[in-house]
Amino acid sequence: MEKSKNVCDEIVRISKVNPRKCMKCGKCSGTCPAYDEMEYHPHQFVYMVETGDIEPLLKSKSIYRCLSCFACVDRCPRGVEPAKLVEAVRLMVVRQQGNNHLKPDDIPEMLDEDLPQQAIVSAFRKYTK
Amino acid sequence: MQRIGVFVCWCGSNIAGTVDVVRVAEALKSEPGVVHSANYQYMCSQAGQQLIKDAIKEHNLTGIVVCSCSPRMHEATFRKTAAAAGLNPYMVEIANIREQCSWIHKDMEEGTEKAIVLGRTAIAKVNLNAPLKPGESPVTKRALVIGGGIAGIQTALDIADAGFEVDIVEKKPTIGGKMAQLDKTFPTLDCAACILTPKMVDVAQHEKIRIFSYSEVEEVKGFVGNFDVKIRKKARYVKEDVCTGCGLCTEKCPMKKVPNDFNLGMDNKRAIYIPFAQAVPKIATIDADYCNMLKNGKCGVCAKVCTAKAIDYTQKDEFVEEKYGAIVAATGFNPISMDKFDEFAYSQSKDVITSLEFERLMNAAGPTAGKLLRPSDGVHPHKIVFVQCVGSRCSSCAEKGKEYCSKICCMYTAKHAMLTRDKYPDTDVTVFYIDVRTPGKQFDEFYRRAVEEYGVHYIKGMVGKVSPEGNKLIVQGSDLIANKQLKIEADLVVLAAAIEPDKSARPLATMLTASMDTNDFFTEAHPKLRPVESPTAGIFLSGACQGPKDIPETVSQAGAAAAKVIGLLSKDKLTGNPCVAQSDEMMCNGCSSCEKVCPYGAITYVDKEFRGPNRTTLIRRVAQVNEAICQGCGCCTVACPSGAMDLKGFASKQIMAEVDAICK
Amino acid sequence: MQVNGYKPKIVAFCCNWCSYAGADLAGSNRLAYPAEVKVIRVPCSCRVNPMFILRAFQRGADGVILCGCHPGDCHYTSGNYYTRRRMALLFSMLDYLGIEKERTRVEWVSAAEGAKFAATMNDFVQTVTALGENKRLEDLRCKK
Repeated sequence: MEKSKNVCDEIVRISKVNPRKCMKCGKCSGTCPAYDEMEYHPHQFVYMVETGDIEPLLKSKSIYRCLSCFACVDRCPRGVEPAKLVEAVRLMVVRQQGNNHLKPDDIPEMLDEDLPQQAIVSAFRKYTK
Repeated sequence: MQRIGVFVCWCGSNIAGTVDVVRVAEALKSEPGVVHSANYQYMCSQAGQQLIKDAIKEHNLTGIVVCSCSPRMHEATFRKTAAAAGLNPYMVEIANIREQCSWIHKDMEEGTEKAIVLGRTAIAKVNLNAPLKPGESPVTKRALVIGGGIAGIQTALDIADAGFEVDIVEKKPTIGGKMAQLDKTFPTLDCAACILTPKMVDVAQHEKIRIFSYSEVEEVKGFVGNFDVKIRKKARYVKEDVCTGCGLCTEKCPMKKVPNDFNLGMDNKRAIYIPFAQAVPKIATIDADYCNMLKNGKCGVCAKVCTAKAIDYTQKDEFVEEKYGAIVAATGFNPISMDKFDEFAYSQSKDVITSLEFERLMNAAGPTAGKLLRPSDGVHPHKIVFVQCVGSRCSSCAEKGKEYCSKICCMYTAKHAMLTRDKYPDTDVTVFYIDVRTPGKQFDEFYRRAVEEYGVHYIKGMVGKVSPEGNKLIVQGSDLIANKQLKIEADLVVLAAAIEPDKSARPLATMLTASMDTNDFFTEAHPKLRPVESPTAGIFLSGACQGPKDIPETVSQAGAAAAKVIGLLSKDKLTGNPCVAQSDEMMCNGCSSCEKVCPYGAITYVDKEFRGPNRTTLIRRVAQVNEAICQGCGCCTVACPSGAMDLKGFASKQIMAEVDAICK
Repeated sequence: MQVNGYKPKIVAFCCNWCSYAGADLAGSNRLAYPAEVKVIRVPCSCRVNPMFILRAFQRGADGVILCGCHPGDCHYTSGNYYTRRRMALLFSMLDYLGIEKERTRVEWVSAAEGAKFAATMNDFVQTVTALGENKRLEDLRCKK
């Protein structure tokens, strides 16, 4: 419990997002183009960080499904900026040693002709310490 | 030199318990100016007051100090006592030796010593007191109501029924305001026109009410009881007293493509028009931006068809100047612009409309004669999505939305949903809501009826985007309870746009020196206890210009404002607070510092002649305080760099004498 | 409040609408605060001329406290904002002249805050007592 509180505080610190500003309207989730790919949706991210229920988020694949399109940031009527929160959770996971989401060995399998090489490089940077 | 009498009260044991009143009376006897000192058990009692009166006469006192309870308690009592004995009531000072001495100290010695100091302080002040006389000003027994919506109408009717003259200034060609555009009204679903238009007729026929339609307030001068107002009567190019309102010109005018603002631009009117059938006054108005005759001198059809010869293309704006005792602001509201909300595709699709537009679509006198048809193709919609809180409760961007709750949207959305389902049971209605807020008599019952009896689908969540696809609108939103993202194919999307104060309110507030909040709503003198008065005396607030309000609330506030106006106008004279600022013209250097800090606009500058050396005259710019406006805060006295400004009753010398007495 | 027989002289300016009523409420609730505090009633805290405060120190006051309505609640709509700005300037100047910052204070006390008034006064008197007598600005000619 103590640990997840510290993790939450850290997430709030690096994202500069105040989850208490959320009035739970759900416009972020109404906007999100990656909604169906996610186990936890943008409004749940905000709520879970607010309540300190952080463990499931850290383990969830949802954090890698966010496209960082910032539609939720643009549309949020209260200025909560959920995408920044997602980014911060992702960073928390990546920063923990051994939790690299993308290992170099995985890359050859992912290669296909349509995928721009740059996407793989940036994904590698983003998801790896 | 003053002749001061000191009266020390025991207040039973309340004071005498911890203050040796006899010693206090004795000690204060030797203070400068004191010629008489007494103590008594209850100074505020009949006998105590008599004791004071007798002493004033017997010792020929010019000032008195009562050492007793807080001045907030009995200052008025003792002032009356002094006045009854022929002494100026402002020659009375109270030393608060109960609340601020005996009640907080337990030690007799300590209490007595402090009481002596407090008494001494009050004596030091009285020594410098001067008799004050409250200023009097006459009251013009006529009220001005700015805005002719339901708020203004109700206020005007209530004031006029009490026997006072009322003028209504309305910037549109007709009174009626937003309520005239509505179809039905919640929670009883009476038709708005059926309950509003009789009131409009009452206004028109009331012998005490004058309507200045198509007019605006140009200038306001003066103060409570004595406002001078200049009203601009905009040229309507139709003689008001001649036009019979037959409407023939509005049928014959060849200029047919003028957006009809009464129907929010959903259909067209002619360049000469009467806004709606029940308009008051029912007089045609020419829209100068579209009239061919006014633009390039070619047409003149309306003048030809008018049998009453009412058309006058040469008409100019006229100015009317009138005096008023009270002014009521009833400038109302408007829905905010949807331009910044691109996600709802308001500007991309004609089938995304605001609730006020929906109101016109449902109205029997509206562009579709009451048939619910899509604005784009005139087809009956089978799936309607309502989105609440569009721009309300939005703190992320001040240019986009409003941080406050617009209060009326939950109820009118429930009404729209219910009416749609009632009239067209084949139409499916979905409402996206963040919270449903329905405090009010019969309000929650109404909303539940929409859900339970009429089968309106309420979804807890918000719409993220609306995208037009073919002749459909794809509404993507979240359902927070089912934890799903929904994509709904809708035929019509209705946005419950936030409401904001009318744009005319801000310049008006400047003219009235009435204060406003950051949202441009007028602020009230006290949020709980004086909700219909502005902090500026003589200015009253009615309706949504003070904050979002529905019709029942607006009408009750309008009545309350009227009651306050009647209370003011029924006085023949206003007595002011005599403790007001006063400028010493000989010391004033005309710097305007005081004028800038005055929250009431009570200070003006005048050029005045003074006698100079060698029989010359000098003209100097000096400050003058209007005693009827000044509320006596004293802010100007500190701002004045030359020490010319002082506050009567709390003069700098008096306060410094108090400081000296305490520090002695 | 007494340290080695020393009793400070405290002048408190209270606005008529909030703080003076708050002081009365402290009395009605019998909330004790030291007798060294003497209240001067002014219509609004913005009536307090910096001159009055200088005068108090000149005449040997050891501390001066100004009480007004809370920001936004001023009876005259904006008076206490002026007070806040004026006193910020005055107090920093006094500090420069050697009158410690702790000897001067502006507090917002509403008519309902009797307890806050008493607590504020207790705290203020304690602070000033600890600082001891103010000699810096006292005009000895005023002492006969």
